[in-house]
Amino acid sequence: MSFIRSHILVCTGTGCSSSNSEQIIAEFEKQLVAQGMDKEARVVRTGCFGLCALGPIVTVYPEGACYTHVTVDDVEEIVSEHIVKGRIVKRLLNRNVAEEGAVTSLTETQFYKHQQRIALRNCGVINPENIDEYIGVDGYAALGKILTEQIPPQKVIDVVKASGLRGRGGAGFPTGLKWQFTHDAVSSDGIKYVCCNADEGDPGAFMDRSVLEGDPHTIIEAMTIAGYAVGAHQGYIYVRAEYPIAVKRLETAIGQAKEYGLLGKNIFESGFDFDLELRLGAGAFVCGEETALMRSIEGYRGEPKTRPPFPAVKGLFDRPTLLNNVETYANITWIFNHGPEAFAAIGTEKSKGTKVFALGGKITNTGLVEVPMGTTLRTVVEDIGGGVPGGKQFKAAQTGGPSGGCIPASLIDTPIDYESLASIGSMMGSGGLIVMDEDNCMVDIAKFYLEFIVDESCGKCAPCRIGTKRLLGLLTKITEGNGEPEDLDTIEELCNHIKQSALCGLGQTAPNPVLSTLKHFRSEYEAHIYEKRCPAGVCKALIQYVVDPAKCKGCTRCAQGCPTGAISGAVRAPHIINQSKCIKCGACMEHCRFGAISKQ
Amino acid sequence: MKTLAELQAIRDKMRQQIDLRDASDDRIRVVVGMATCGIAAGARPVLNALLEEVNKRDLKNVTVSQTGCIGVCRLEPIVEVYVPGQEKVTYVKMTPEKVASIVSEHLVNGRVVEEYTIGAAE
Repeated sequence: MSFIRSHILVCTGTGCSSSNSEQIIAEFEKQLVAQGMDKEARVVRTGCFGLCALGPIVTVYPEGACYTHVTVDDVEEIVSEHIVKGRIVKRLLNRNVAEEGAVTSLTETQFYKHQQRIALRNCGVINPENIDEYIGVDGYAALGKILTEQIPPQKVIDVVKASGLRGRGGAGFPTGLKWQFTHDAVSSDGIKYVCCNADEGDPGAFMDRSVLEGDPHTIIEAMTIAGYAVGAHQGYIYVRAEYPIAVKRLETAIGQAKEYGLLGKNIFESGFDFDLELRLGAGAFVCGEETALMRSIEGYRGEPKTRPPFPAVKGLFDRPTLLNNVETYANITWIFNHGPEAFAAIGTEKSKGTKVFALGGKITNTGLVEVPMGTTLRTVVEDIGGGVPGGKQFKAAQTGGPSGGCIPASLIDTPIDYESLASIGSMMGSGGLIVMDEDNCMVDIAKFYLEFIVDESCGKCAPCRIGTKRLLGLLTKITEGNGEPEDLDTIEELCNHIKQSALCGLGQTAPNPVLSTLKHFRSEYEAHIYEKRCPAGVCKALIQYVVDPAKCKGCTRCAQGCPTGAISGAVRAPHIINQSKCIKCGACMEHCRFGAISKQ
Repeated sequence: MKTLAELQAIRDKMRQQIDLRDASDDRIRVVVGMATCGIAAGARPVLNALLEEVNKRDLKNVTVSQTGCIGVCRLEPIVEVYVPGQEKVTYVKMTPEKVASIVSEHLVNGRVVEEYTIGAAE
């Protein structure tokens, strides 16, 4: 008789899949057979480990060795060395996130040490396409307990309230209260609904995708519990069609849950029925707004409605509806399995539990991190994220996507929780955290987010449709060097009008990136307007590439690399850039070996 | 699935497999030398016997792993037991027959089987 003594976990999240993890799995299966190890080791597909920058990631247990940047060619060596002979392949270990030497286990790295994983607890640990593995980590135990012991719905809601969990989608509304409102609402025909917002649209945010890809059953279980608590028998998961792996795994998971009788009629013989369906979004950012999302599920064009009435009273198909975000649901079963006190013990006074952030931008360890609320931005950026690469200076962090704002370096010790972020003009948002260094122009960043909003505005209300377009016009004028002193006042006034008069949350928060950069980086705006200069050297209209004749050796490399033929000069004589032909692409600067070309 | 007992049955079956993915420090680690010398001396049957015994007894806090050459090739197959907080114990010239007593005495009851250790062989 033989036993599986080793598990080879391969990440099949979107990040690692795009760098060939499927081929790596196929090669592992081939090599295990070729080397006679297929009875001793097993390949397991998992969700995201969080270290997306180092993918594809392969973790081999029981040693817990974490291999990074694995290629198909490395597989044979891992099998022959590690699986057959038990020797860890040191060269593939994750050196990047370790402080010194090669740390074998992922959990010992700086990247993981400061993290506490609740929402992501099963991501990278279990096979998301196998319901048995989810059950093996206490999956469906909370649902089973609630239904078989017939715990009254009010008691279930009280547990959520006691945990202090707040909505992870952005605004941070207390989740238990939302459940209570939906529970208390009277439906004319008794029908209520439970929805999950999986229309993650903020640029740079991908935590919901990772939960759906890595642990889809936790969402199904939490929604079923929510359905029982509020008195709903039908649920919808509204997921963007741009997440094909998440959609596929959700479909698989729902199928398995139905087969096991964990969805459908009479679950655990309790008399409680609950069914789930997927609805795919067609890529509109506004459909992440709750009222627009429900319009879209109903089959109409996704446009927001005025509130009140709130969805808890009159939501989907005009019935009371509970809508929570993916990450919110991902905390629910943990709360029931570990008790609300355990959850409430983590975090700050008003923000309980943990929050997942998608780290991106100018940061060494791009990826997903989950930290207790109240962790400082410095810990996330410097300790977990590994700081800004290339010895550059940390300038700001953007949180909350197009609804959030920029946090300057001077406020890096701000604890991350709902209130602290709001008090400095940003917001928690869904959890995108984009790091910027000295090479980022803050006016350009504000313009980027505004371009996104202008593209994605649904057009229903004038403040958002026209106001953001005008705002973008003003910013463009400044970045092109045509800004006038009074523009800053106009921008501020316009921002405040949009904030007060836009119909939905997206419009009301759209000016935030502009207001927060204006508040913390006003001098950069002023440099663009008064000195016609972009301090970070980003805005093309305000910079010039020039050759320093003293340093130029006349090697002609820059002229050969120039795509527009803007550089002229004889061999061994200083070259000159024709500014009227120059498109400011920076190719000459990259080509120059003598550091003779600079941006001014 | 109709009852909690059915859920529990699947959980127990899977728990055993998933426990393998727990690399935390409070587990007993049993490491078998599996370099060329170890394999030639018969380490593989020893490893299989260990896995079988640990699974049979359902020892949840034991990880069976393997390593390369420890350096004393003449005493292979070598099995080392790391109990957290204690000095490691090295068993030498292992056979599948010796495995059962090491598992029951050392891993379960915490008593080192002195006669099989490297100290006794030297």
